[in-house]
Order: sequence, then structure tokens, then C-alpha cells
Amino acid sequence: MGEVKTAATRASFGKALVQLGEKRNDFIVMDADLAAATQTGMFKKAFPERFYDCGIAEQNMISIAAGIATTGRKVIVSSFAMFAAGRAFEQIRNSVGYPNLNVIIGATHAGISVGEDGATHQCCEDIALMRTIPGMTIINPADETEAIKAVHAAMEVDGPVYMRFGRLAVPFIFDEDYDFKIGKGVELRNGDDVTIIATGLMVNEALQAHDILKEQGISARVINIATIKPLDEEIVIKAAKETGAIVTAEEHTVIGGLGSAVADVVCENCPVPVIKLGVYDVYGHSGPAPKLLDEFGLRAKDIAEKAKKALELKK
Amino acid sequence: MDANLKKELSKQAVKVRMGIIDAVHSAKSGHPGGSLSCADILTYLYFEKMNIDPKNPDKADRDRFVLSKGHASPALYSVLANRGFFEVEELKNFRQIGSMLQGHPDKKKVPGVDMTTGSLGQGISAAVGMALSAKHFGDDFKVYAVLGDGELEEGQVWEAAMFAANKGLSNLIAFIDNNNLQIDGTIDEVNSAKPIDKKFEAFNWKVICIDGNDFDQIEAAVNEAEKSDKPVAIVCSTVKGKGVSYMENAVNWHGSAPNDELYQVAMGELNEALAKLA
Repeated sequence: MGEVKTAATRASFGKALVQLGEKRNDFIVMDADLAAATQTGMFKKAFPERFYDCGIAEQNMISIAAGIATTGRKVIVSSFAMFAAGRAFEQIRNSVGYPNLNVIIGATHAGISVGEDGATHQCCEDIALMRTIPGMTIINPADETEAIKAVHAAMEVDGPVYMRFGRLAVPFIFDEDYDFKIGKGVELRNGDDVTIIATGLMVNEALQAHDILKEQGISARVINIATIKPLDEEIVIKAAKETGAIVTAEEHTVIGGLGSAVADVVCENCPVPVIKLGVYDVYGHSGPAPKLLDEFGLRAKDIAEKAKKALELKK
Repeated sequence: MDANLKKELSKQAVKVRMGIIDAVHSAKSGHPGGSLSCADILTYLYFEKMNIDPKNPDKADRDRFVLSKGHASPALYSVLANRGFFEVEELKNFRQIGSMLQGHPDKKKVPGVDMTTGSLGQGISAAVGMALSAKHFGDDFKVYAVLGDGELEEGQVWEAAMFAANKGLSNLIAFIDNNNLQIDGTIDEVNSAKPIDKKFEAFNWKVICIDGNDFDQIEAAVNEAEKSDKPVAIVCSTVKGKGVSYMENAVNWHGSAPNDELYQVAMGELNEALAKLA
């Protein structure tokens, strides 16, 4: 068995920025003294004259980006999810969201897989916060291929885009010919008994959960949702109708994230059991990322258990 | 300043003040005090200084203006209306349902508004972004901003100030409307940012201190600012409520509207001022 190819989506973000920089020069990249960590440093190295460091001042960075966008120029800003979505929430809401400006926010180090830095840096609230902003597009890619394609696609969006990237290396899922489209979910495994709807690094876990369930005679559909807003309601409703039970999986609080978005759609269109797997209203803590994912129940076996519970509720 | 120009600007400023009072009176809410204090600065910029075209409000090479103290929207709306961006009559719809004249400036709704503001501290950062964009992409427009003195209590202002100086944004001029009053009292009572001039100097800005209700001094300051190789803060000593006797230096007119009787008093005083300039 060959070695599984992996990459952290933050590195994929950095690669995509360099690719964009080679193609066009109508945009600026900014960071708040975390370029080496967010990987905007790759762009900084390739195009130093097109990179601006704001220093440790995320609120200022977001509003500066808004000002740049009013001049008709593109801008990509980056920081950790905690400080982009969290600290600068109101700047994103009022300076970027309300005027519907073309600002791309590349938020890295999302979720508990930040690892050793601990709870102050483990942002499990960003999707919920960003979902409340009208007109915001939210993309949480599952692997390198999807992350790179998503960054390119984000440049064509009219309005603000929040992109969520991780620190931990995750396995490649998609081929180069994957046709990524903002707002489109992707069915990765067919199944009739239950549907697992996953986002970000939980997509790989969902694929493994499919195999676990298959061995137990359960046919689980797996859907990848990269774009959490606007949500692909069609693929969710179809899954609810055809499989009658849903499990959502995200490295994020179960309050207001993918699970909530899916539950909203299911409740209003085709009520079936929806079980949300995620971080259950607690803070994270320090430790190696893989151990934290084990401890917080964000693994394939945990998804498989929830799937069986959803099946019971379906009866 | 040329005497004729000064007279013309003084007349415009009175008309702008009438528009402010009209808007706030019609809405029965809004912020007259801090609108009146910065009315002369805005009048100078829009009637004399800025490269703008009311017929083509989005033209790419226009100078930019950001009202960082967004609650002074009546001043900005009145200046834009009197400058021909839209009908002066529209001011009467200020803060009404369906009106483009929202409580705080909305760039998507109002022709001539370059940035949506209202949440204090964010407008100056946006102005910094505009100045950075111009510098980076080789555009030669200037960026003007007006901040309140109370607004300087927002930490983001100083993040913006630090950045603007570090990046050498000499195409940015920020006016500080130092009228000494904010909602809860005098700025000394609340949480003073004084000494304002020394703070901006310490952040490596060029600082010019003037009487912000005097056109000669406003013009001289802007001319001097244009020679600077740093961002410029023009610290403007102003009178809150300027031009309406009972509103002058009175904290209770920060965010309340005159009733019908006081409206007539205000308009009477402003009409008198206009007649004197005729």
C-alpha cells in the first residue's frame, strides 16, 4: 500500500496565492504578522512588492481591505480564524459585509486541530459567526486540490468570501480534474440507508466511516460540503428524501455550523433525523492535533456510531 | 483665501447647515451637533478642493472622502445634495423607511458616498486602505477623512494611524473634528485622547492645528498638508452645534432633533446669517 499523500490546506492556500500572483497583478495580499504560519509567506516571498503586513492589528486589516476593495481592486487578507472571524467580526460585518465588498478572508488554523497552542487559538465558532452575515460566502475545503480550486474560484465572486483552512496535514481526496463549483456539494459515495454530510478535514473521516458502516451492512452516502454558505440545499434535501437519516460532521461547534445549516434545510423541507457531530459546546485544549481529534470524537468511528444512532431514530 | 471665494464658501456652509437642520428635524432624530461642527471642513472639500463630478459620482480618478464619524451623516448628505449629487429635497427623507439617506452613510445607496461608515474607528482604516490602493496601483487620487475627537478613543484609529505612517501614505489627510463633546459629556470627562496633536506626531504623522470653522485656516492647512511626505492629521478646533446658537457647545444636541419651535429658531438664525453674506 502506497503512502497517502497529504497537505495542510493552509499550505494549499499559500500555493494558490502564488499561482494567482503569476496569473494576475490586480490584487494585494495582506497578513497580520502571521505570514509564516498562514502561508501567505509563500506569496510574500514570490511577490514581496504586492504583499503588505498589517502587523498585529486584525481589525484594522479587515477595514483596510474594505477600503482597498472600494477602489475596485481585489484583496486577500489572512490571519488565524480566531482573530479574523472572531476578533474582527464587527469589521467584517460592517466594513465588508454590509457594503458587499470584494474581500477574501483566508482564515487558517481553524478548529481544534491547531493543536498545541490550545483553546485561545482553537477557533470552533467561525463558521457560525460568518453564517450570520448576509451575503457572505463561506468555503471550507477538504483537501489540497479543493483548497486551491476554491481560492481561484473565490477571486470571481462578487461580494465577500470567508475561506477556512487547517493547520494539520490532511489526505488528498480529489483528483486534478475535480470540477469545483462554489455552492455545489459533491456526492463522494453512494448509499441508501443514511447520509453523512461532512466538511473540511471531517470529509476524509466520513469516507472512512462509509467503509466501517459497509462492513456492518450499512449503506452510507457521503456528501462533501465545501461551501457552507450558500448551502447546496438541493443535494441535502435529496439525501434526506432518499436515505431518510443524516449525520453531519465538522471540526467546529455544533452550534451554528454545517450541522445547523443542514438541520435548518431538512426541518423546513423534508424532516428526517439529523445528528450533528462536532465540538459539543466546549473549549479545546493543548495537545497534538491527532490526539485531540480522537479525544473530541471527531473520527470515522465516531461518525459511524452517530450514523447507527440516526438509523435507529429513522425506525 | 480669496475674499470672493471665502464669501461663496461661507454661503454654501450656511446652506449646508440649513440642510442638516432640515434633515434632523424631518427625521425627529439624528446628530446635529457634530454635523454642524464639521460642516465647514466638508464644504471646503466638496465645493473647492476635491476632484469630483456630481454627474459621475463613481468616476475612477475621483478624490475619496470617508466620514469616519458616520453619525455626522446629515453634514455629508447636505453637502452632497447642495453640490448636486441629488436633490436637496431628499434631505427631508433622512432616516425614513425606504430612504437612501440611512441613519449612517451607506455607499451602496447614496451617490457620492465613498464608504459605508457608522461604526466608529473603521472609517479611518478604510481611508487608509483607499490610500494604500492608490499608492500601490499608481493612482493619484487623494483620500480625505473626518474623525471625531471622541472617536479617537477607539483603539482601531491608532492601529490605522500606525499603519498609515509605516507605509508612508502621504496621499491621506485626516481631519479631527475636535469639538470637545461626546454623548456622555465633554471628552475630558469621558476619556480624553488629548493631547491629540502629540499623539498623531508620536505615530509619525505630520500634524497641523487649526480653527476648523475658519476657511482661511482650512485652506492653508490643506495646502501645507499636500507638501507632506507623511500622512497628515489636521486637528481642527471646532464648535459643536456651530451656527445654531442654542446648540453651540451644548452636549444635549449631540444626538437629538429640534422640535418645531426650535427648528424655526435655528432656520431663522441661519437665514439671517445667509442674508448678511448676500
